[in-house]
Amino acid sequence: MKASLPWIGAIAAVIGLPFVFSGGAALSVMSLMGFAIIFALSYNVLLGQTGLLSFGHAVYYGLGGFVTAHALNLIAASKFPLPLPLVPLIGGIAGLAFAVPLGWVTTKRAGTAFSMISLGIGELVAACSLILRGFFGGEGGISTSRTSILQLFGFSFGPQLQVYYLIGSWCLICIALMYAFTRTPLGRICNAVRDNPERAEFIGYSTHQVRFLAFCIAGFFAGIAGGLAAIHYEIVTSGVVGAGPSGFVLLMTFIGGVGHFIGPILGAILMTAMQASLSDFTGAWLFYMGMLFIVMVMFAPTGFAGLLLMHGQLASAAAWRRLLPAYLLAIPALLALLAGVVLVVETAHHLLVKSAEGMTMQWFGITYEADAARTWVALLALLLVAIFAARKVFPIVGNAWNEARLVH
Amino acid sequence: MLELVIFSSLNGILYGMLLFLLASGLTLIFSMMGVLNFAHASFYMLGAYFGYQISRYVGYWPGLVIAPVLVGLVGALVERYGLRAVHKHGHVAELLFTFGLAFIIEEGVQMIWGKLAVDYRVPELLNFPAFTLFETTYPAFKLFMLLMSVATFLALLSLLTKTRVGLIIQAALSHPHTVGTLGHNVPLVFMMVFGVGCGLAALAGVIAGPALVTQPAMAASLGPILFVVVVVGGLGSLAGAFVASLAIGLIQTFAVAVNVSIADVIGLVGLKVDSNAFAGDLWNATVAQVAPVIPYLLLVLVLILRPHGLMGNRDS
Repeated sequence: MKASLPWIGAIAAVIGLPFVFSGGAALSVMSLMGFAIIFALSYNVLLGQTGLLSFGHAVYYGLGGFVTAHALNLIAASKFPLPLPLVPLIGGIAGLAFAVPLGWVTTKRAGTAFSMISLGIGELVAACSLILRGFFGGEGGISTSRTSILQLFGFSFGPQLQVYYLIGSWCLICIALMYAFTRTPLGRICNAVRDNPERAEFIGYSTHQVRFLAFCIAGFFAGIAGGLAAIHYEIVTSGVVGAGPSGFVLLMTFIGGVGHFIGPILGAILMTAMQASLSDFTGAWLFYMGMLFIVMVMFAPTGFAGLLLMHGQLASAAAWRRLLPAYLLAIPALLALLAGVVLVVETAHHLLVKSAEGMTMQWFGITYEADAARTWVALLALLLVAIFAARKVFPIVGNAWNEARLVH
Repeated sequence: MLELVIFSSLNGILYGMLLFLLASGLTLIFSMMGVLNFAHASFYMLGAYFGYQISRYVGYWPGLVIAPVLVGLVGALVERYGLRAVHKHGHVAELLFTFGLAFIIEEGVQMIWGKLAVDYRVPELLNFPAFTLFETTYPAFKLFMLLMSVATFLALLSLLTKTRVGLIIQAALSHPHTVGTLGHNVPLVFMMVFGVGCGLAALAGVIAGPALVTQPAMAASLGPILFVVVVVGGLGSLAGAFVASLAIGLIQTFAVAVNVSIADVIGLVGLKVDSNAFAGDLWNATVAQVAPVIPYLLLVLVLILRPHGLMGNRDS
């Protein structure tokens, strides 16, 4: 019963969210989260489960999307009786079909060489997308329409709400399937190949084959995500196979946390929400993403999921009593650090990029000039004080944490 | 035809030598620390932008020295306070760190210098045609680029093989622990090598910036080719990187000059391929159009035939 609680919660969330956030923009963002979750989880089959750091995973996502778009156009033209809810499967099969030959080459090596090869293959496909205009549609991409094929039970999939439920259902199915995969013997052997390839070879498994199978499964689910993206946007452009989405999925997965199944889900939700909210708000949002990523790599390699679950292990209220004072001390320091970094970046961004709009800026109700010397003195002073405070506070938090862990 | 061969060879060697300036640092850092520096091409871009900024105040020539030194210092700081901290989390964390670094540098460059290309000019002193062959002129600056990269290559070679410092570096490549036991400060050597590698990349940036275009996408477009060079040459092999750099430089330069498609070749025997036929784009794409794909095809081919690269001997 306890094990099924997260699943019931997830189903309830997918069904219930449109009642809470019913606006068109919110529905669209939640749809984006749906296929971002599938994409990030498929990436984690490689990174978290098998220990393969890929820089070209968007190839299978993008190709899945292109094949889905072409398939939708073909189905509409030939009146083939295939309803829309099954179409993402075409994307998955396409992702798998491309992952078989490309993955065979990529998984020949593990470790750093694997990363470089996956990058090379990603660039290969991205470069091909500019040559093969028939398939990739050149600059304009491939447009399609999700409403012009066979409709079942009166669902046209025109309204965003219906598309949301389609994506939500596929998201739940894929989460369940990928979770089930982590429990299979193959999923376990993937972990063995990640942790100790030599011993995996000794007990009779070909590490190349295991990596290859994991790669194919990741390609399949990435293809489904790509197919859902094609259905959502109704257009696929050659940018989706490039280095940008490949890097973004790595950021999502890692920031969420690669060591836990829930990590990529958290990361996908968080990053999509950040992308949707911050990109209107600041021109430097990708810079913040990069900073967040580096901070996570350096100080919290288990990601947000790791940080959260770490606290779930704390046994008693006594442990929390040890921890809370330290946290109360750390929060102002962290907030000051955050404010300092954000203000410096925003002011610099304003000064360098948006100087044509005038130098007057407003933050926290304070109006100031971006090019005034005293502004910069104040900003740098804030930043330095915050760094100093953080350096003082972090060891205290670390000690409190170690004590709290020992309390039973 | 002869004209094409001569100019393409010159340009190819030039491009190859520039690639090697970057690849040598990358492969040295890799074989020593096991880190494939994803941000290496970003340091090349930083070099070009620093050089541009310096050239606006004091002209091109001081930038040729100052920019690589500055970038080298930045690289050393990154190694000291970034890479060394993530080292305990393993190689994947290190690769991720440099990936994030590349991301930040690209965004930062866009924030500071804008998204468009900057006007980084060839210095007046070298802004004349060096020689004229078959009525085509060859700019003196390109000749200078060639000389600079060959000179740097020779200097690096003699540093590594002839000096005591080079001896320690070579030893630290294969036996870091033994070198440490002998009393050398291996982390300091690592930091120096990382800094010098980044400085070399920046030097390539200052040399190439005015001739190629100095823009925020220059790192992202060169980076993957760089990785092709080190993987094809064999991870960690300097000689392999040299051969692969020259090969890829020559192949790409010659490919751009060849304006023939498969359909043309088939057309010679009298068959005609319609552009609407199956995969018509593929048959009608000229070699020049396919040129950007060739390095990656080479990568796939080498991996199938020689998984450890041309001269590599280590599994990573």
